[in-house]
Amino acid sequence: MSDLETQVLIIGGGATGTGLARDLALRGVQCILVEMEDINAGASGGNHGLLHSGARYVSNDPISAQECRLEANLLRQLAPECIEDTGGLFVAVEGDDENYIADFPLLCSKYGIPVQEISRDEAFEREPGISEKLIAAYLTEDGAIDPFKLSLENLAQAQSLGSTFLQHVKVIGFEMGKNRIEAVHVLNAESGQERLIKIDQVVNASGAWAAEIAALANIPINILYSKGSLLVSAYRLSQRVINRLRPPSDGDILVPGGTVSILGTTSVRVDLLDDVRPTIPEVDLIVDELGEVVPGLREARYVRAYSGVRPLIQSQEAGDDRAVSRGFAVFDHTHDGLENFTTITGGKLTTYRLMAEKVADLVCEKLGVSSPCLTLTEPFPSAKKGKWTEPGLSSRVWLKEHASRKPILCECEMIPENVIDDIVGNIRKENITPSLKAVAARSRMGKGLCQGTVCGTRVTSYLYEQGIFHSDQGLANIKEFLDERWKGERTILWGEQLIQTGFKEALYCGLLDLEL
Amino acid sequence: MSNSDPLKCDLLVIGRGMAGMASALFAVNRGLSTVQVGMTGEIVFASGLLDLMGVHPIEEKKVWQDPWAAIDSVVGDLPGHPYAHLTQDDIRASFDEVLSFLEKEGLTYCREENYNSRMINPLGKTKTTYCVPGSMWGGVKALQKKSPCLIAGFRGLGDFSARQIVETLQHQWSDLRAAQIPFPDTDHVNELFTGDILAQSLELSINRKKLIESLRKHREDAEVIGLPAVLGMHHVGEIISEMEEEIGVPVFEIPTPPVSVPGLRLNDAFVRGLSAKGVKHFPQSQVVKVHREKAEEFVAIIGHKPAQHTILTKGIILASGRFWGRGLYADRHRIRETIFDLPVYQPENRDKWHADDLLDPGGHPVNQAGVETDHLFRPLDSSGKPLFRTLFAAGSILAHQDWMRMKCGSGVAITSAYGAVKASLQLE
Ligand SMILES: Cc1cc2nc3c(=O)[nH]c(=O)nc-3n(C[C@H](O)[C@H](O)[C@H](O)COP(=O)(O)OP(=O)(O)OC[C@H]3O[C@@H](n4cnc5c(N)ncnc54)[C@H](O)[C@@H]3O)c2cc1C
Repeated sequence: MSDLETQVLIIGGGATGTGLARDLALRGVQCILVEMEDINAGASGGNHGLLHSGARYVSNDPISAQECRLEANLLRQLAPECIEDTGGLFVAVEGDDENYIADFPLLCSKYGIPVQEISRDEAFEREPGISEKLIAAYLTEDGAIDPFKLSLENLAQAQSLGSTFLQHVKVIGFEMGKNRIEAVHVLNAESGQERLIKIDQVVNASGAWAAEIAALANIPINILYSKGSLLVSAYRLSQRVINRLRPPSDGDILVPGGTVSILGTTSVRVDLLDDVRPTIPEVDLIVDELGEVVPGLREARYVRAYSGVRPLIQSQEAGDDRAVSRGFAVFDHTHDGLENFTTITGGKLTTYRLMAEKVADLVCEKLGVSSPCLTLTEPFPSAKKGKWTEPGLSSRVWLKEHASRKPILCECEMIPENVIDDIVGNIRKENITPSLKAVAARSRMGKGLCQGTVCGTRVTSYLYEQGIFHSDQGLANIKEFLDERWKGERTILWGEQLIQTGFKEALYCGLLDLEL
Repeated sequence: MSNSDPLKCDLLVIGRGMAGMASALFAVNRGLSTVQVGMTGEIVFASGLLDLMGVHPIEEKKVWQDPWAAIDSVVGDLPGHPYAHLTQDDIRASFDEVLSFLEKEGLTYCREENYNSRMINPLGKTKTTYCVPGSMWGGVKALQKKSPCLIAGFRGLGDFSARQIVETLQHQWSDLRAAQIPFPDTDHVNELFTGDILAQSLELSINRKKLIESLRKHREDAEVIGLPAVLGMHHVGEIISEMEEEIGVPVFEIPTPPVSVPGLRLNDAFVRGLSAKGVKHFPQSQVVKVHREKAEEFVAIIGHKPAQHTILTKGIILASGRFWGRGLYADRHRIRETIFDLPVYQPENRDKWHADDLLDPGGHPVNQAGVETDHLFRPLDSSGKPLFRTLFAAGSILAHQDWMRMKCGSGVAITSAYGAVKASLQLE
């Protein structure tokens, strides 16, 4: 196959990489984005989905707090379809640090972050589920953001402007020239094929993997890995984002999103990036901690738990955790002797646009391109590529389309045949082999109460009948799909959800012998 | 309280799954006055295939042709397995009794007495099992001979794709062909149907005529035709005979994911036959409380007011199933037995309940959790003595078996029910 060539090669298909692809495309710079797995396979698919108002960081990271405030306001205007503007509620309960509570409104006003104190009665009226032990409550401007939709829309616009996305393609090495990288070696994980991409500029937007990529160019970056785990409840448990009013700690935040809620998070140091999974002690910690704020969470039903890794960038001098920043860092590797190599890592989903802007400015300067950043003013075109990831959307559309209704393939999330057709069509346009896992990544399939029990067999049958699956592909597809679901289920199996899994295993092992 | 309260009986069976049904059958056949209570059991989800013993050791995925040798092997390796409390004669006798009962109720079962059989499943895999509904037996034969075969699915029956079965099996069965045909009179409907609705509609001869017509057109050189298991709810035998006569080739059913029509047929046959034999049923009601009145009697409170009943019984068989049947319930920390709070054998904490992979060959330790009993199927207290003289446990609630991986679900249910009833007579 012929070798590829591009102006800018971006490594990493998370919020930062896709956001950068859009930013550059809007400035007329053509790029290739490579992702070793699927879109949002890293932290962008393993986070809380909280559009930070900044209030959480006023005490320990005022710079991040202010960045969040500005960026969240921008995104509300420019990408409203990715955001649910729930508003936030910071609450303290008996035993929480009174000094912190007293300082909180002062710090917020110091950094321009709007908060409003409300009475106990008003707090209970707004959120009936909060604990009787409430001692302070503040309204904030936090919201929920759908990271999948965000990345898919960023990518869609970049592609429509001529950029290329290569999925399941991993960067494995650099072809070095004098003071620069000449070309990048990539490996296609599906076909096993290696290729060389000739480049002008390389941007390393690989999040927690940034040090691994930099090491391929013999550049050391000090990164610590902090795993955070989250739980998804079966039902929505609050109207607003609820945040424990205390110094940021484990099990502080409850974020609603569509028909579910997400509880989190933890902070556990890990040494390796592969196979990062939530553990049972983490899950129990989150339920117990958040249960102090919303007691009903102790009895609630959960459908999944998942984890993401935060890259914590260590400053070169200091070695202890306190010196670790949760903000983002741009490394211009000109200083390390490579003039066309840049790394961006850290930060937040909320600030992804700002991060993309900063790197794009640098890359454009290096390229001699003078067009200004347009993501500050240009609304999302809303290509609707990401739309089927939104909880509840599929059923709303299905209910509206009375006359043309198609049979439902995923009953929990009400996904009819035509939505699956639509997604498979998009997958094919992206030049990816349609698989259950890929369909699931682009929709709510398997994300409801039954966690793939019914839709696993049903969508497989449908894809055979449509001539998309052949030979015994279905078996491998179902295994891969169930395996993916299982990673998220294993730690939350008690009560009703354990009963549900029993049914799943009875079907897939008892009757279908899938384990043999 | 209703008039007949308290109702007196020899045996109260708690549970309406396979173990509960079998317990009630064995009890009533031996002249015990029997009351059965519980929610509709897992039996309606059953595929209709009755497994005896298929795989051991599960981590080696060793599949046994000879279930009797497999039982010897599992008992040798896992002395706590329910089969360890039974003789081979008991196991054989229990199956004979259940099969002849079902035969009388219109559900014929076929088997090779000393061997397991292989049947195709909806994923296109071949499943090892022991007793096969008569309606599926043609499939066992066709798979053996690899006869030229048409597998037909229905547009609208979402969980079953003939093409999937054929594509998956083709490497070992080349003369296999798939067709997807519309189910009679459903062209205009844009919905998926569950098997029970299709089965009901095939009870009408006009619908069968249309189906037969379209199968004739698709038959071509097929010497046998396989269809999803929806060929009638109550008259499957007659319906298949009629189809075979009109089409001219054998017709067989293939199990489907739930809703499983063969499971509903089994449930119907048991409910009908057991009532006829005089078993008193309290369907869709739960035991809310049990206590001991005198040394030899239990008082069980069933259902909630105003439809509450009191039952005075000499013995109880607990066949309330696992989590799904709600015989067991787990909170974040521990697994409990829901009616008597019996000691439950279980892994020490939740972290040990499940393996890292759903399909882990070794299975999940939580599946071996359950109630431990003596050789008379009496649940044990923490010191290893039977808790009550006449309380027995049967079926999937029993510890030290993983029926899903070992392929012994119906077998454990039927044989432990037999063992429990026999023990209760012995102790009388
Ligand atoms: C537990 C947790 C909770 C969080 N909650 C929030 C929140 O509520 N709100 C918020 O604003 N932020 C939150 N964040 C932060 C936010 O998720 C991240 O800042 C953001 O997603 C980072 O995006 P990214 O694109 O930089 O990195 P990633 O999303 O990690 O993307 C990096 C990508 O690079 C790919 N890659 C790596 N190596 C290679 C290679 N060799 N070749 C090709 N591709 C490669 C990876 O597969 C990955 O997809 C949270 C983070 C965590 C971990």
